Amino acid sequence: MRILFFGRLGDLAPAGPVPPGVRDTGALRAWLGRDRPELLDASIRIAVNDEIILGDRALGDGDEIAFLPPVSGG
Amino acid sequence: MIAVQAEPFEAAVLLADFSARAAGAGAIASFIGLVRGENDGALVSGLELDHHPRLTERTIEAIAADAAARFDLIDVAIVHRHGALAPGEAIVFVAAAAPHRRAAFDAVDYVMDRLKTEAPFWKREQRSDGAHWLEARDSDHADRRRWEAEPR
Repeated sequence: MRILFFGRLGDLAPAGPVPPGVRDTGALRAWLGRDRPELLDASIRIAVNDEIILGDRALGDGDEIAFLPPVSGG
Repeated sequence: MIAVQAEPFEAAVLLADFSARAAGAGAIASFIGLVRGENDGALVSGLELDHHPRLTERTIEAIAADAAARFDLIDVAIVHRHGALAPGEAIVFVAAAAPHRRAAFDAVDYVMDRLKTEAPFWKREQRSDGAHWLEARDSDHADRRRWEAEPR
């Protein structure tokens, strides 16, 4: 899995290898959030393979998971 | 025309090109967003715009398509910068061409409200009081909600 942090989350420590038991977005957020509590905030959205997801999504080894804080475009 | 680019753009040139292609338009409205020189009473020396390359472009394309479906438009253009910008530089250019002015005005307003609240960009201002990540303001979300009612 490839894990990306955007915006202010880019200052967080990069994610290490994901443990084998972490197979969905909820588990991934909880695992990463142990050292990075910012990720547990409900305002942080998750995109899997360039698609923003609502709720939980199963994850495979080839997936790219992006953590997105509230935006500020325009 | 949809573009997300690091390179600066000349809004006057974009508008001239857009106007030349908008055959049959009776009205063209445009908007240019600039890097502000001060915020919250502090001087701004620069702005970094982080983005998610593919998701950002896809989101902007969807916003443009929604504007075209919602308003009576001939064409719409959205050009957005990312990367490092200086105060006074243009961040975003939006233009809409329509048979009549109301659709052109409304489409530009609508596109900006959606860009502010939905496009995956993240701004970090370098200010005299330090670096600050920005988020859409409550007023930006209130502006966005104006469009939730059915189109007229």
